[in-house]
Amino acid sequence: MSGVNKHFGDLHVLKDIDLTVHPGEVVVLIGPSGSGKSTLCRTINRLETIDEGEISIDGTPLPAEGKALAKLRSDVGMVFQAFNLFAHKSVLSNVMLGPMKVRGKSKKEAQDLAMALLEKVGVANQAHKLPAQLSGGQQQRVAIARALAMRPKVMLFDEPTSALDPEMINEVLDTMVALAKEGMTMIVVTHEMGFARKAAHRVIFLSDGQVVEESTPEEFFTNPQSDRAKDFLGKILNH
Amino acid sequence: MSFLDRYASVLSQYDVLGAFWVNIQLTFWAAIGSFVLGCLLALMRISPIASLRGFGATYVQLLRNTPLTILMFIAVLGVWTQLQITLSGDFQQNFFNFAVVALSLYHAAFVCEAIRSGVNTVPVGQAEAARAIGLSFLPSARLIIFPQALRGSITPLGNTLIALTKNTTVATAASVAEASGLMKTMIEFNSDIVIAIFFTFAMCFVIIVIPMGLVTTWASRKWAVKR
Repeated sequence: MSGVNKHFGDLHVLKDIDLTVHPGEVVVLIGPSGSGKSTLCRTINRLETIDEGEISIDGTPLPAEGKALAKLRSDVGMVFQAFNLFAHKSVLSNVMLGPMKVRGKSKKEAQDLAMALLEKVGVANQAHKLPAQLSGGQQQRVAIARALAMRPKVMLFDEPTSALDPEMINEVLDTMVALAKEGMTMIVVTHEMGFARKAAHRVIFLSDGQVVEESTPEEFFTNPQSDRAKDFLGKILNH
Repeated sequence: MSFLDRYASVLSQYDVLGAFWVNIQLTFWAAIGSFVLGCLLALMRISPIASLRGFGATYVQLLRNTPLTILMFIAVLGVWTQLQITLSGDFQQNFFNFAVVALSLYHAAFVCEAIRSGVNTVPVGQAEAARAIGLSFLPSARLIIFPQALRGSITPLGNTLIALTKNTTVATAASVAEASGLMKTMIEFNSDIVIAIFFTFAMCFVIIVIPMGLVTTWASRKWAVKR
């Protein structure tokens, strides 16, 4: 993406963002609340529109609307803070829906794929329950499986652990670390510094809608360059 | 002659059940018509296309705020008498069909608003998740939004059905021989037992409508979306 700008009314939430993520790369976006990191993440599959600039995925500019946009979104997996599993459908149906209705797979194929993915994220034994019957951590892992079922080129994670109880955070992070190890291209908005250290190739620090700092996790956590990043890290790491 | 004998003899002279059967048929067909049309209107009102949203909103404002009696007169005196459009070769069936159309058009506005209130019970994240896996507007409305919205709108839809059932009496304005028309005739010729006749017709409506309320309350609990 290059030269991306976005406003919410008078608020300039994204200021001239330039960012390139390479295939297989894991990029973590961190920054204080209101810095625009979630908004940035959501612009990548156009859940938020942008005012200026250009976003391309795999060389294709993001279409404005219609079938072309739907097609592009199907190649971009998204995991939300609030899980957003389809509440009226079973866990299995949640994962099968995309492959059947978007990819046109047969029911049998979709079911095999869904069960394999649920197995992979460790909730296969819950396949026939409704989302509301699962814990938050389990729901989020189902949401990851649902996104993976589309065989996405890139996965977006928008604060995937922020709505979870502390003891459930790790089960989700472990799933994400495993995914990163497999070479999935990932853009992750998170406050989990442990994940950034363990799995990220690059950390991008945003503040007030601007990229303030961009470096490897080691460099960023041990030797931050900007005052803003030092201040932020000082606040979150000193307790 | 005692009051009860008099009452029984009046009842035996008229086909009260037959008249109510017409109301039930009006309710049935208009319920289907208004539900289908109401769903389409609700779809328009949440669609990404501005002109469709505008059409849906205008329809609802126009039809919801027009008295049903006037719609009946427009159907029969305007569309049939003036424009000479018929909906059936059979004289009685023609009136019946016009009444069903007018009832459907009118209640579709209320069905639309009931469903839209149901759409508002579906968290915005559901639509975002549907879009994120690559579903475009119509599939995400059909597979994700509407199934949840309809479950959330069972109670207001039930209210609309109850209103529709009672509004079928307005079909008398379109010359349909239904219960309220029969009641008027019975009162005209038997004014000594007018209270009993009123009461009979009122009770018949209560008997038809109460189960609707019970079923919708039960169904809205049973099919509530667990979040």
